[in-house]
Amino acid sequence: MAAITPTPGTPGTPRRVRPGQAALHAVLLLGGLAMLFPFVWMLLTSFKGVHQMINNPLDWLPDPWRPQNYPDALGKMPFGRAYWNSLYIAVVTVALTLLTSAMAAYAFARIRFRGSGVLFVLFLATQMVPIQVTLVPLYLMLARIGLVDSHLALILPAVANPFAVFLLRQFIRAVPVELEEAARIDGAGRFRIFWSVVLPNIRPGLGALGIITFLTSWNSFLMPLVFLNTEELATLPLLLQRFSGEHGAVEYGLILAASAIAVVPTLIAFLIGQRRIINSMAASGLGGR
Amino acid sequence: MALLTRARPRAAAAPPAGRGVRTRDGWWAAFFLAPQVLCLLLFLAFPLAFALVLAFVQWDGLGPVTFVGLDNLGAQLTSPAFLDATWNTIKIALITVPVGLGLAVAIAVGLNSIRGRAAHVYRVLYFLPVVTSSVAAALMWQIILADNENGVLNTSLERWFGISGPDWLFDPQWVIVSISIVTIWSSLGLNVVIFLAGLQTIPPQLMEAARIDGAGPWRTFRSITLPMLSPTVFFSTIVAVISSLQAFDQIYVLVDPYKNEGARTIVYLVWRLGFREFQLGPSSAAALLLLVLTLLVTLVQFAAQKRLVHYDS
Repeated sequence: MAAITPTPGTPGTPRRVRPGQAALHAVLLLGGLAMLFPFVWMLLTSFKGVHQMINNPLDWLPDPWRPQNYPDALGKMPFGRAYWNSLYIAVVTVALTLLTSAMAAYAFARIRFRGSGVLFVLFLATQMVPIQVTLVPLYLMLARIGLVDSHLALILPAVANPFAVFLLRQFIRAVPVELEEAARIDGAGRFRIFWSVVLPNIRPGLGALGIITFLTSWNSFLMPLVFLNTEELATLPLLLQRFSGEHGAVEYGLILAASAIAVVPTLIAFLIGQRRIINSMAASGLGGR
Repeated sequence: MALLTRARPRAAAAPPAGRGVRTRDGWWAAFFLAPQVLCLLLFLAFPLAFALVLAFVQWDGLGPVTFVGLDNLGAQLTSPAFLDATWNTIKIALITVPVGLGLAVAIAVGLNSIRGRAAHVYRVLYFLPVVTSSVAAALMWQIILADNENGVLNTSLERWFGISGPDWLFDPQWVIVSISIVTIWSSLGLNVVIFLAGLQTIPPQLMEAARIDGAGPWRTFRSITLPMLSPTVFFSTIVAVISSLQAFDQIYVLVDPYKNEGARTIVYLVWRLGFREFQLGPSSAAALLLLVLTLLVTLVQFAAQKRLVHYDS
């Protein structure tokens, strides 16, 4: 930019920009590689044997490569099962959250009813309450109705999501009213309008919310730690933590193989959809404005 | 429009066309609101009310319930365990919030001033930890920070610089630093992209005008970029403070707080009291104090916002 509009009288300026840009690139790249290092080290270590780690801890490359760590880790705990659990819990949570919060958002954005202002403020206020405050009573309550040690204990509380309602309300307000009016003149009812006119028009919002909800559920740890006991029901992060607890500071190769099994597919999914994922998360971060 | 809004005349005149079709239709509103409202009542409002009650009773979950008034809250406020946990929590917030957000602003400004593919690649690199499970992240960092022959950081320090590094995961002085490093690493990318989005809303004419007036890069940053970015910074600060006050996952896995007093945070205490010692009253009291602390800090931030945040109308 500055190179196009050099300031008269300071002939050094346009030339000075290039080393500055290069230094900037160097700093940003170095920072980025530092962010990447834990992943790289995890992958490399996941192929190392115990002897190499003790004798030559600073070796970058495994010698010999020991892919056996992966089947070994998979054989010790039901990671496949945990994968499936995490995946379907996240998918069900996303589906229920999108549907229910879009419905509530539609009511707040488009339906005139008594007390809507007060109710909306109450919605926003509940957003302030951290889950940790309600953890013990929630446990007692779910234990009473027999939901502890079941996946519903993770899904149902996660669906209560005032932030989602707030976010989608912003999107619905931006949909042109004329579209809804046209549908109404064509004889469509309230739900029909919501389903066939509003929902398709807030797809970017639903996508962003879906991604955030999925990641939150997929990575959630405290809730599974509190609510699940049975090993077959464990989610991926919970099983990973138990595995590291049982195999302690000795079998790092196995633990990092297990971590890689948990992390790499998420990273690949992220890299495929990175542009959209980053943009939606940035946009919803600004959603409060 | 007038045909569709069968509302009070006063209200019918008020909303501009953009506000939408707003018919007074209580039943439809109830239908659309019911699922979320029901979930919120059952899984948020009711447990919150229950927590308020629990904080004032003594109960192990099975036996009789005894009302103890303010004893639980008083006991927490005077117990060294709670005070230590609060102090640890505040220390983590005091490191992670300014350092994390400061780094994020710097990186976002840097990324915003370069063009092309490279900026895109860097953005992805910084964002990778955001999509990584906190448990896996803690395990990756454990092997970097461990104070034994496996720990990459200390073995490198020893071999290349002859420094014998601290026990990152057990020394109470350093545990907070380790937790902060991992926390910042995990959340940096999200803040970077949020700030980047904020930077891109600043009209380029402003920057241009400042440059024409002879402002250097630092002056432009101080007088244009930072004020224009301040609403975004404010929002991110609120979110970062709240999430650092609730820190648990990465700590629980990175450094076993059971063995390591320096790593015990308020949420750890709530979890420990409630689910390992079955002292439901004290656990709820500690949780309630966490809520009060969160509200207080947020209120202070909103008060400071009036002076520090610039809103463009």
